[in-house]
Amino acid sequence: MLSQTLSKKRKNYEVLMKVLMLLSAGLTAALTLFLVIYVLVQGIPNITWELLSTKPSYLTEKIGILPNILNTVYIILATLLLVLPIGVGAAIYLTEYASNKKVVSIIEYAAETLSGIPSIIYGLVGMLLFSNNIGTCLLSGALTLVIMNLPTIMRTTQESLKTVPQSYREGAFGLGAGKWRVVRTVVLPGCVDGVITGCILSVGRILGESAALLFTAGFAHALNGVIDGLATPGATLTVALYVYAKEQGEFGVAFAIAAILMILTALINFAATFVQKQFAKRRSL
Amino acid sequence: MITQQSRKIEQIHQDIRAEHKTHVEWKRRNRTQTIEYMIHGIFLLLGLITVGCVLLITVYLIISGIPAIRQIGLLDFLFGKEWASTASEPKYGILPFILTSVYGTAGAILIGVPVGFMTAVYLSKLASIKVKSVMQSAVSLLAGIPSVVYGLVGMLVLVPGIRKIFNVPDGASLLASIIVLAIMILPSIIKMSITALDAVPKEYEDASLALGATPIETYFKVSVPAAKSGIAAAVVLGVGRAIGEAMAVMMVAGNVPNMPNSLFQSVRFLTTAVSSEMSYSSGLQRQALFSIALVLFMFIMLTNAMLNFFLKREKE
Repeated sequence: MLSQTLSKKRKNYEVLMKVLMLLSAGLTAALTLFLVIYVLVQGIPNITWELLSTKPSYLTEKIGILPNILNTVYIILATLLLVLPIGVGAAIYLTEYASNKKVVSIIEYAAETLSGIPSIIYGLVGMLLFSNNIGTCLLSGALTLVIMNLPTIMRTTQESLKTVPQSYREGAFGLGAGKWRVVRTVVLPGCVDGVITGCILSVGRILGESAALLFTAGFAHALNGVIDGLATPGATLTVALYVYAKEQGEFGVAFAIAAILMILTALINFAATFVQKQFAKRRSL
Repeated sequence: MITQQSRKIEQIHQDIRAEHKTHVEWKRRNRTQTIEYMIHGIFLLLGLITVGCVLLITVYLIISGIPAIRQIGLLDFLFGKEWASTASEPKYGILPFILTSVYGTAGAILIGVPVGFMTAVYLSKLASIKVKSVMQSAVSLLAGIPSVVYGLVGMLVLVPGIRKIFNVPDGASLLASIIVLAIMILPSIIKMSITALDAVPKEYEDASLALGATPIETYFKVSVPAAKSGIAAAVVLGVGRAIGEAMAVMMVAGNVPNMPNSLFQSVRFLTTAVSSEMSYSSGLQRQALFSIALVLFMFIMLTNAMLNFFLKREKE
């Protein structure tokens, strides 16, 4: 009926746009599906217990990725430990303390700039700043990642702070609490969800990071404890993937790592949306 | 007389005590105030760390990037057509890298933006809630996949594929990089465009529909123009991503410092130029790598400024 009254030109436009939209959406979906299935199919058969639980050995010429898994865990822990106080503190300053609009806009502009800088530049500056002073080691990598993840933690914390009702703060002030006491007892508990979301996003980013770590954390495969691990060079999973694929041609191992990374990425995404939904539900109660 | 005097003394004592009390109170209040000031200062410091980081990065890049440019000469450096850093008579011209980065980014935008934009319009306006949520998690997954994984798949699927289809000796080429980059910028373009399109007031669309426009016409002629700043920001974000990507491109571009004269040439980007020689470079060669990083940083700052401009307009 409606379509009968349309001129031919408009009908063609309608059909063309619909086809283009469906094609594009289909292409995006197909690409994602292909990537996931291809990586999992190529990778999962190569994941063995031996691969996961040993270190590479020149004697048996077998590759194990346990050191890389541990390095990834160490670097995530070290980064979060350092970035959380700074990021949360900065967010609290911006939403609770700052009265000067200019200072706020400068800090926010700086955070935006940081989130736009590509990881290769972080890698280079991290090398100049940290690796040249304390050596190429996981700690240098972690310090570089701290700068990289600062904007993420700041943003998520700030967003959750904005949802703490102003009346809570006013109530606490009215009861005679000082600023610091209000921040400690009313504001901080209110930003837990933002901090958790920020942590999940940061873990995802650290897990996928490679360019920033290549020159700061190095690419060794030694098996170490936390303290030794942080003080010596080591490859995380992504860096190991790069080295095995590009420099050693060990595509089986590379795909095994890729599959592990893919599964972890999916889990992290799932966790992030789950947590956000959960907190949104709790807030609406 | 005596009682009167003692009462007076008592009175004075009381006054002193009261004064002492107010003094203590005042001191205590003063102390809490000092603590408050200190805490305020600590938070300010934490906030300023971000600014410090940006300054530090900028200053370090400029300080380490300038010496090589001065030694080589700005024009020879930027517009020199040959990069031969390990030759006996080394040449440090980075025009091939700049052009490769520009062409690569432009190609990725040319492919990635239309696909991403159309997908975003579909998901924001036409798709059912279920399709939308499934596709959005797919896009998030695409965004979260580490760049080395893209590189790996590109290396083993795309590069051989290009070699076979176009019958060229090596598939590691500008074309392979463009395709990988286009896929990698897709999620940021889709996500940001959806946010912009979802924010278009429903009244605009209702008005257009009431005037007799079809839904599709409404989406493209009313909603899209209303969201144009957000979509422009999405494109600029994609540009930034594509210029800055290093690892995936390193695995599929071939890394030979050629001028990008054809799509099938093995090329080197600004990002990969920095990383591919860093591990063994020294002296002027190493300094030149820092200068390349400085040039890359300038490009990034430019896109950042553009992004901020569009985002601010979007907010208004």
